[in-house]
Amino acid sequence: MHAVVTVTGTDRRGIIAKVSAFLFEHGVNIEDISQTILGGQFAMIMMVDVEEETDFSRLAEELSMEGERIGMSIRLQHAALFDAMHTV
Amino acid sequence: MFDTGQVIETIEMIEREHLDIRTVTMGISLLPCIREGAKETAAAVYERVLRLAEGLVPTTEALSREYGIPIVNKRVSVTPVSLITAAFPKESPLVGEALDRAAGELGIDFLGGYSALVHKGTAEYEEKFLSTIPAVLASTKRLCASVNVGSTRSGINMDAVKELGGIVKETAERTKEQGGIGCCKLVVFCNAVEDNPFMAGAFHGVGESDTAINVGVSGPGVVHHALKALGEADLTEAAEVIKRTAFKITRAGQLIAKEAARRLNARFGIVDLSLAPTPARGDSVAHILEELGLSSVGCHGTTAALALLNDAVKKGGVMASSRVGGLSGAFIPVSEDIGMIEAAEKGEISLGKLEAMTAVCSVGLDMIAIPGDTPASTISAMIADEAAIGMINGKTTAVRVIPVPGKGVGDAVDFGGLLGHAPILPVHGGSAEKFISRGGLIPAPIHSFKN
Repeated sequence: MHAVVTVTGTDRRGIIAKVSAFLFEHGVNIEDISQTILGGQFAMIMMVDVEEETDFSRLAEELSMEGERIGMSIRLQHAALFDAMHTV
Repeated sequence: MFDTGQVIETIEMIEREHLDIRTVTMGISLLPCIREGAKETAAAVYERVLRLAEGLVPTTEALSREYGIPIVNKRVSVTPVSLITAAFPKESPLVGEALDRAAGELGIDFLGGYSALVHKGTAEYEEKFLSTIPAVLASTKRLCASVNVGSTRSGINMDAVKELGGIVKETAERTKEQGGIGCCKLVVFCNAVEDNPFMAGAFHGVGESDTAINVGVSGPGVVHHALKALGEADLTEAAEVIKRTAFKITRAGQLIAKEAARRLNARFGIVDLSLAPTPARGDSVAHILEELGLSSVGCHGTTAALALLNDAVKKGGVMASSRVGGLSGAFIPVSEDIGMIEAAEKGEISLGKLEAMTAVCSVGLDMIAIPGDTPASTISAMIADEAAIGMINGKTTAVRVIPVPGKGVGDAVDFGGLLGHAPILPVHGGSAEKFISRGGLIPAPIHSFKN
């Protein structure tokens, strides 16, 4: 299932590596990555594919906790929300 | 593949502009619960609500986590209880108590439907039911009551209006230790809708199916932010921006509503195209009106600005959802909107202006604290005025005022949480006693010669 990972916080070395490694360990495939500045902070947006059998809420929670460990805010959301809000 | 700007816009709406799903409300028909006696009926009601709404809180919480959008309230609305207890109306409190207990068990904050529909006349069983409202609202925590006293097709039942002035007063008196909080859970409607997801006026109409998921969206902060970014544009452009923003907000609601209905094995009812404020800063409808160019909500121009906002919200929202309904429009509860509270504190807004505003928006005189010594007939007269606006304009109107016991103009009251706080607004000192005591029915209006 398509999902979006957003990582925001102060830019520092190794963020992409850490988040990518975490996603790899949890069977999540990264399809696209882009970076930008959101409200003066570093923002990384990843389009990912999560396996259907994955417990999505739990993965979102674990990612959020991983974010706390590395000092970033990490969200995992169904891509459907973005599709719904921005397409007619 | 995906647009970074759109992802960021959505995240900013949620994190900084208070975008949320205001309520996921499950409507449940209680008609299959009618038994021979009150005790058995109450037991059947308790069992049915618990069984059908068991998954409401965990499911909406999971949806909130998965889609990354807050879902603030989870609620239940039921068939008007007066219909369920028609054979034993004096014992209606037993069913009210069962519903309150079920709500507690489910982990929801409010359950609506301790209601009666008396717009064309009050039946004997309804009269008895109405008299139970003050005590029930005082002894329960989560139960909400509403009464429909008029409609465009039937006119206004002024006998019920007269009765309700007293019921509002008695409800305040019975909950005087908490500033008359019982009145926050009592709404008097004209043209009540059967699929409203918002409290305190939600009930599950008899024309509805077994269960329905009705969702109320929100996002005054998002609209405010979008208008701010627009700068000096004219009102045509402002309306366009509001429409586009309402579209996005409503799409989020539609997505959650459909998915919640699927997971809860209930029908998808409607999305209520609403702008519902909270007392939090950055979540105010009044501030949107001020962003449009008013020095303070309540000044001349407020009604026009609100009309523009209300209509644009509906136009944007209708396109975004396959089924719309409920109260759909901007809400202007005084104690629940920081901009309205501030305007009231500065004396910038009067009951007269609020009444005018209700002619162009959803829903009515809402969450307004008035002096505790306001006569019951004056409250009835306020209800009659609002019902008249609703009846003539073919829209829903409502009154939820709180005559705060022991307090007067210059005092304030704090209900806590989402119910907010507000200064006591002055009411007109003149008397409508004789008008209200006449009773009878104000006939339904003619539907031609619209002037």
